[in-house]
Amino acid sequence: MSHQTNEPVIDRPPVNADVAPVPAGVELTRQTRIGSFKIPTDALRAYTMLFALVAIWVYFNFATDGIFLDPRNFSNLMRQTAVTGVLAVGMLMVIVTGNIDLSIGSLVGFIGGVAAIAQGTANGWGLVPTLAAAIIVGIAVAEAQGALVAYANIPAFIVTLGGLLAWRGVVLGMTKGETIPISLPGFKAIGQQFVTRPVGLGLALLAVGAIVWMNVRRHRARERYGLGKMSVLNLALGIVLPALVVVLFVLRMNAYEGIPIPVIILIVVALGGAFLMQNTTFGRYLYAIGGNPDAARLSGINVRTHIWAVFCIMGALAGVASIIYTARVGSASPDAGNLLELDAIAACVIGGTSLMGGRGTVFGACLGALFMASLDNGMSLLNVQPYSQYIIKGAILVTAVGLDMLGRKQG
Amino acid sequence: MTTTDISSDAAAPFLEMRGITKIFPGVRALDGVTFDLRRGELHALVGENGAGKSTLMKILGGVYPYPEYGGEFFIESTVRRFESVRDAEAAGVAVIFQELSLVQEMTIGENIFLGREPRRRFGIIRWDELYSRARQLLADLRLPLDPRTPVKNLGIGQQQLVEIAKALSQEARLLVLDEPTAALTDAEVETLFGILNDLRRTRGVGMIYISHKLDEVFRLSDRITVLRDGRTVGTEQTSALSEATVIARMVGREVGDIFPVPDHAQGEVMFEARGFTVEDPNVAGKRLVDNVGFAVRRGEVLGIAGLMGAGRSELLMAIFGAHAGRADGDVLIEGQRVRIESPADAIKHGLGFVTEDRKRYGLVLDQTILNNMTLAGLARISGRFITNLDAEAAAGNRSMKELRVKANSVFAVTGTLSGGNQQKVVLAKWLLTNPRVLFLDEPTRGIDVGAKQEIYAQINKLAKSGLAIVLVSSELPEVLGLSDRVLVLYEGRVTGEFTRHNATPEKVMACATGHTQHAV
Repeated sequence: MSHQTNEPVIDRPPVNADVAPVPAGVELTRQTRIGSFKIPTDALRAYTMLFALVAIWVYFNFATDGIFLDPRNFSNLMRQTAVTGVLAVGMLMVIVTGNIDLSIGSLVGFIGGVAAIAQGTANGWGLVPTLAAAIIVGIAVAEAQGALVAYANIPAFIVTLGGLLAWRGVVLGMTKGETIPISLPGFKAIGQQFVTRPVGLGLALLAVGAIVWMNVRRHRARERYGLGKMSVLNLALGIVLPALVVVLFVLRMNAYEGIPIPVIILIVVALGGAFLMQNTTFGRYLYAIGGNPDAARLSGINVRTHIWAVFCIMGALAGVASIIYTARVGSASPDAGNLLELDAIAACVIGGTSLMGGRGTVFGACLGALFMASLDNGMSLLNVQPYSQYIIKGAILVTAVGLDMLGRKQG
Repeated sequence: MTTTDISSDAAAPFLEMRGITKIFPGVRALDGVTFDLRRGELHALVGENGAGKSTLMKILGGVYPYPEYGGEFFIESTVRRFESVRDAEAAGVAVIFQELSLVQEMTIGENIFLGREPRRRFGIIRWDELYSRARQLLADLRLPLDPRTPVKNLGIGQQQLVEIAKALSQEARLLVLDEPTAALTDAEVETLFGILNDLRRTRGVGMIYISHKLDEVFRLSDRITVLRDGRTVGTEQTSALSEATVIARMVGREVGDIFPVPDHAQGEVMFEARGFTVEDPNVAGKRLVDNVGFAVRRGEVLGIAGLMGAGRSELLMAIFGAHAGRADGDVLIEGQRVRIESPADAIKHGLGFVTEDRKRYGLVLDQTILNNMTLAGLARISGRFITNLDAEAAAGNRSMKELRVKANSVFAVTGTLSGGNQQKVVLAKWLLTNPRVLFLDEPTRGIDVGAKQEIYAQINKLAKSGLAIVLVSSELPEVLGLSDRVLVLYEGRVTGEFTRHNATPEKVMACATGHTQHAV
């Protein structure tokens, strides 16, 4: 294929790599050249995302005279990210297998209704049974939908589009169109409280320790397999940059009232999701299923079971997201969670996930969620009319997918 | 228009192809092919898989447009340079490919006139005219079909005849038929032959007939041209040829010394398949494999020869628990009957399967070499749930060295590798499951000679180490050069079995074209 536009040039390996020995220093991973630098394309994607995020932060902060990044708003922004972020982690897994779940917005509303009614005056359930009920309902619903997709061969788009309509109907019926308040103080705390500042600092210390340990381990592994040593500079950067981000983040949070509990939940979910996708056979199989279902099946992977399981995980995370959402708002309303599925999908796509399956990371999806939340938050601060907000978000989504397609074609 | 009096100019060729050459990256698919066709003649084109028959027809049909090929061809003594399928159709050339190109959801009439619908102004379709013309065409072919029937309701044989009706509606004067009887029942074959003979006699339509079934070729054709390795071996009157001569011309190739001489010390029977019958998932009741059984010993390479559509891949897929349709049969491993209902079961019992078409069935091209290599054996290599990247990378590195995969590291993206290296990655994937029985389906298709030799050496090494190997290949020299024993399939049945000593290309090809022979 010829390069007709001035897109970044991708290094191609020699076609006759069979005969010609690969010269030392030639990487066969996909790379993009910028000036005299060569960067692996995947990394470039992540950096582009980070760069875009920083750019809009700087812009919003400038346009709002520093309100955007002041401790109070920053804390709010992070809390806003939590619900979309938790859903995006589950959505990422679904999309990586080449499927989609459109029902989770309605499902979040439905679960919130169930939880609100369970803890309400008529039933008076305690905190633990209420939370358990929320997550179990999420799993049960998604399990049924997943079974229809995986075993009855109904396209996920159709099954979950049906779910989107049906569960919204259930919420309306269940709440009789009214808003049900949350009275359990412990429940509300999940959405509205913070961990204290010393605890936050302790967590930061723990995180920095983990970052150092992981880098040293990777460094040793590279040596062991003769993959070339990481330079000391690289190693230092690999430790210092993330550690700096963690510390700055916690200090910023502590400048207000500490880390919001929803943010802690998101971090736990994201770390768990990233571990599942990168470090387990389960995650590896999901990527294989999305990348080439035939090859996955012939390699002995039970494609149906995995697709079903991934919907179940999505359901459980919808339960978690619904708890945060309901607790933050302090009540369950009939239109709660409306359009949340689209935010989650948009977060994944902006974070570099391919809707065709097989590609995407939890980290990217979380960044995407933060990006979407930043747009919402910033535009609201600037009093952008709601109609313009929709248009801008739509345009950004289409642009992100357009860039993804360009990247695919070149690969 | 065509004259019905064909005797006067029967000698002057209607079509003449001179010095046709087609080069794909790294492969010379056609090398100076000559071919001609007279009016009303049925000229058969035969050759092994990959001899270049389909490529030649794609040039004639405008699929490979001018100037992507060398040489020239003439229709009625005029040079033709088709730049698209449309050009070819306009010149009266219609190619009916093996994979039918009808739109299943549309009616017969809509399909016949697709893209050429009779219209009024503003592109409004004249449905009455369309269907009445379609009815006339079907009547001409003596087909008792309603043109308003959706194509999906027709059998494959009837669909084939609709394709012919479509060609006639374009006033085709040259019809190319690529394996037209591959999916037909005996009765449908007779109908088709009747129609073809009719068209030749009454309309003077010339036909190029590609088939592996030599009995059909001898029954129908006026002349036969044999292609081998992209060259014309010869053209002669059918009456002057015997099947044996044609077979000899198809295979007449020296088995080079690129095959290491196998001296496999064979042990006890490792694997046995009994009474395998496999049905076409799309055509109920059609048997792709009919009661086939075989056994392989430890350290033995069993070659399965046969032409395209003989049921070789379907047999292996069914044994491996991966066939989409109905399949029956028993599998015994070391004399023990085992149940295999999915590839996971097969892997658990020690079967490995290097499938054909690595890009479709073998690899996740977007992912790294390492992820592909460990896909089937991941749980075994690195723990049931949590993966140990260290152990995995170590296994990957070892495989990479053993199989000499040329890439900078195991973290290179598989899609960037050459075909030969990709094939080695697929082989590595299966070796990492620690198999006792290894199926290889077309393991060297589309890779260069150097990589082929390396794969051959690996196959021998694996057999020596005690694996039982089943090798399916369309390249006869490859099957004969590597196997200790050769089984020949034709139309889903075993038509011959040979030991290494008495397997000759001629005998195997005879069985592969439908002549039963047992010569163990």
